Amino acid sequence: MFGFGILSGLIALPLVGAAFLLVLRGDSAPVQNNARWATLITTLATFILSLVAWNRFDIANPGFQLLEQKTWLGETILYKLGVDGISMPFILLTTFLMPFCILASWHSIETRVREYMIAFLVLEALMIGVFAALDVVLFYVFFEGGLIPMFLIIGIWGGKRRIYASFKFFLYTLVGSLLMLLAIFVMYGVAGTTDIIVLLKTHFDPSLQKWLWLAFFASFAVKMPMWPVHTWLPDAHVEAPTAGSVILAGILLKMGGYGFLRFSVPMFPDASQYFAPLVFTLSVIAIIYTSLVALVQEDIKKLIAYSSVAHMGFVTMGIFALNQQGVQGAVFQMVSHGLVSGALFLCVGVVYDRMHTREIAAYGGLVNRMPLYAVAMLIFTMANVGLPGTSGFVGEFLTLLGAYKANTWVAFFATTGVILSAAYALYLYRRVIFGVLDKPSLADIQDLDRRELVLLVPLVVLTIYYGVQPGPILDACAASVALLVKNFDAAIAATKTAALALN
Amino acid sequence: MNSLSFALAHTLPELILAGGALVLLMMGAYKGTKGDWIISELAIAILGVAFLTLFTQLDGKALIWDGAFVDDAYGRFMKGLSLVGALVSLLLSREYMAREKIDQFEFPVLILLSTTGMLMLISAQNLIGLYLGLELMSLALYVVAAFHRDNVRASEAGLKYFVLGSLSSGMLLYGASLLYGFAGTVSFTGIAEALKGGASIGVIFALVFVLAGLAFKMSLVPFHMWTPDVYEGAPTPVTAFFASAPKMAAVAITVRIIITAFPGLMMQWQQIVVFIALLSMAIGSFAAIGQTNLKRLMAYSSIGHMGFAMVGLVAGTQAGVYGVLIYMAIYLTMTLGTFAALLSMRIGDRYVENIADLAGLSRSRGTMAFFVAMMMFSLAGIPPLAGFFAKLYVFQPAIQAGFYWLAVIGVLLSVVSTFYYLRIVKVIYFDQPAEAFSPVNREVTGVLWVATVLVLLFWVWPAPVLDAASVAARSLF
Repeated sequence: MFGFGILSGLIALPLVGAAFLLVLRGDSAPVQNNARWATLITTLATFILSLVAWNRFDIANPGFQLLEQKTWLGETILYKLGVDGISMPFILLTTFLMPFCILASWHSIETRVREYMIAFLVLEALMIGVFAALDVVLFYVFFEGGLIPMFLIIGIWGGKRRIYASFKFFLYTLVGSLLMLLAIFVMYGVAGTTDIIVLLKTHFDPSLQKWLWLAFFASFAVKMPMWPVHTWLPDAHVEAPTAGSVILAGILLKMGGYGFLRFSVPMFPDASQYFAPLVFTLSVIAIIYTSLVALVQEDIKKLIAYSSVAHMGFVTMGIFALNQQGVQGAVFQMVSHGLVSGALFLCVGVVYDRMHTREIAAYGGLVNRMPLYAVAMLIFTMANVGLPGTSGFVGEFLTLLGAYKANTWVAFFATTGVILSAAYALYLYRRVIFGVLDKPSLADIQDLDRRELVLLVPLVVLTIYYGVQPGPILDACAASVALLVKNFDAAIAATKTAALALN
Repeated sequence: MNSLSFALAHTLPELILAGGALVLLMMGAYKGTKGDWIISELAIAILGVAFLTLFTQLDGKALIWDGAFVDDAYGRFMKGLSLVGALVSLLLSREYMAREKIDQFEFPVLILLSTTGMLMLISAQNLIGLYLGLELMSLALYVVAAFHRDNVRASEAGLKYFVLGSLSSGMLLYGASLLYGFAGTVSFTGIAEALKGGASIGVIFALVFVLAGLAFKMSLVPFHMWTPDVYEGAPTPVTAFFASAPKMAAVAITVRIIITAFPGLMMQWQQIVVFIALLSMAIGSFAAIGQTNLKRLMAYSSIGHMGFAMVGLVAGTQAGVYGVLIYMAIYLTMTLGTFAALLSMRIGDRYVENIADLAGLSRSRGTMAFFVAMMMFSLAGIPPLAGFFAKLYVFQPAIQAGFYWLAVIGVLLSVVSTFYYLRIVKVIYFDQPAEAFSPVNREVTGVLWVATVLVLLFWVWPAPVLDAASVAARSLF
């Protein structure tokens, strides 16, 4: 339609929903209900449309597909969209998680429902845009534009320290992104275009690559987040409403990893190899240090937030192992973590809606009153630990395998993180679910209702399905990752030859 | 076409404004204050007609009046911005002036005269033209700053502006006379020709003085001291006018004189511009953090924004000028939008001026709150709002020209400035509501609507602005 393709449709559909909500007037209960339903229907329609896109997607083709292009800012900065095997899973993840977020906010958001739903729909459009953009400036616009709705979501509907958390989230991310923007200008100067497909073929001088790599790293490391710039995440997670946490953990964090795969590694291969030890070091520190920090947390959400940082450490480690297993493992780990940590935050939301506290000490013995909840929580906890048979295992195993091939010691230290994650996750589970139910406030707590079952069951199914049958995700990204690794090796070999020729 | 009609055809907007101002002055003098409403409406119409004639102007470049005045695409672009600034400020002023009981007929007339000065200034092609335009613009500005003459702060603002403004005019004049002494001509192109071989110390002196005088009009650090006081003291619509139209004219002439008269002194002027750009961004970002008054905050914000605009000029290339033009166009939209928002918020009989007054605006006036928040995000330069593209187009040429550290410091300072814009969003959305706001009239909300839609949807169809700016930038080289 009008020369726009299905990816534009994916970006536009949530915006259409948001525009519809803008038309609604008033704050009465029926209006609020209409807003909820309209948003749910919009997100479901977007999900279905993304499945149509997935259907048209050819997994054997490693290049970019579903391309569309328009001139935008002059002739050189384009409105260009397209997906490959690395970005497609993230688009599906985004559209898949969105209806869950809306359902999770069904009763817990009571004030300014319309605005809340608009913020989420705009956020969805921007997130899809990040993964679909094939122009760096367009990517940047989507990447940073997402800050506005997220800032408002945390700041308006968040917890007690929401203002501190929202400011920290916004400013931290902004500093990193702006440095990336400057690097984009430099690349534009070299290549004369911001088309990602052209930039992927452009050779940047190795000494320039290091600076560009560092600038992109500043942005993605904050977004990821990597130690030591992870401190915004626990605050943002704790204060955000449940659905905000799900989106934050499920998708926003993945933008960092996606950025490494889309820009840092393929565009700056020499610098990536040069800085790989740095990334390994930071990843290992993240895995071990944040796991230890997670052990002593008093707040359930904060504990899960720290565990997210640790899991993202596996992702960065896998990416910079720079081989097929490591990178595929990283993609898988990101998708799996999106499902699992999203589900864990939903679980926290379930009890938070009942008790309005996230203190671990306020709970205990929930299994007696909430058996279904205990089962769901158990499965997600196990997936978080990386138990074989759950999706968490596949990603961790592959990234560790990739890291082992690249550097044995890195794999050795990272593996201790698996043990630590078992420790904090099981410790959390014991304190919340098991034990004696002796707190009077918990005496008549209700088990999952129908809405919550609808929320959690699909996630349970997927977590286990991808644990025993990881094929769909791995196959989707296999061809593109193979191309990425092949190009990377070729670039490194070329630099070596050039260096030898000089000698 | 004989030379007189040729000259008149190319100065049509200026003639309309000057003639209109005189007619309105007579009307006012004979009809007294009762006729004031029709005068302000006529003034708006005159500005509108002048704006429209810009589009009918002949293409290409025309040097008239012995080379004192040039009509080119660059000038037309900036004149368009100045006229929009003046027109919208007048539109915003009507209700405010009536409420404050200062709706005399002189106000629209002074705005028209000042705008005539701006158009002359933008088109100036020699030092005489520059000075005449500048003074015509400034003298009217001094008066409107103190237009609320029974108000102590407004009188103080006017006096302060006058004293400091005269000082800066003096510096400019001193620099201009030095320049004439060394180059032997007042024409910009003649100066460029004379200074081709390089600069003596005297010429550098002249350059410094000229730029100091112009920096004052643009409120760039270290010549910014007047800005917060004048912004705070002057009646709000006057502040809106100060923040929009004269800024456009001052930036326009600065870019023009630097590009056409000093291409041979690139090294020298770049040092100066880098220095004032850096300082302005820094002061604009840090000093605004502590402000509680919105008008003062906007003053520091405008200092910072002028600093960012100068980053584009630093490159000294066509792409840089292109960036400055886009920056000014977008900045104009954001400023007018913000002041429209300020003028559309009253608690009881009092216009909102403090940040704390905005508390909980989102509860009582949802749409308005959304508009203000979008303006703030845009001023902070967050994509996909227009403010981001403004920054994009000034930093990109600076990077291209190799000013990496300037760009890095610039973006870091823009993060600092983001903090105080976010603080306003915080007050609007996160804080508990204080008092209810009174309803406002349609003109002001109309301006706010238009500005917000432009800022919000710039990314959808940026081509018209980009194309116009591109043609304008090309005509300067």
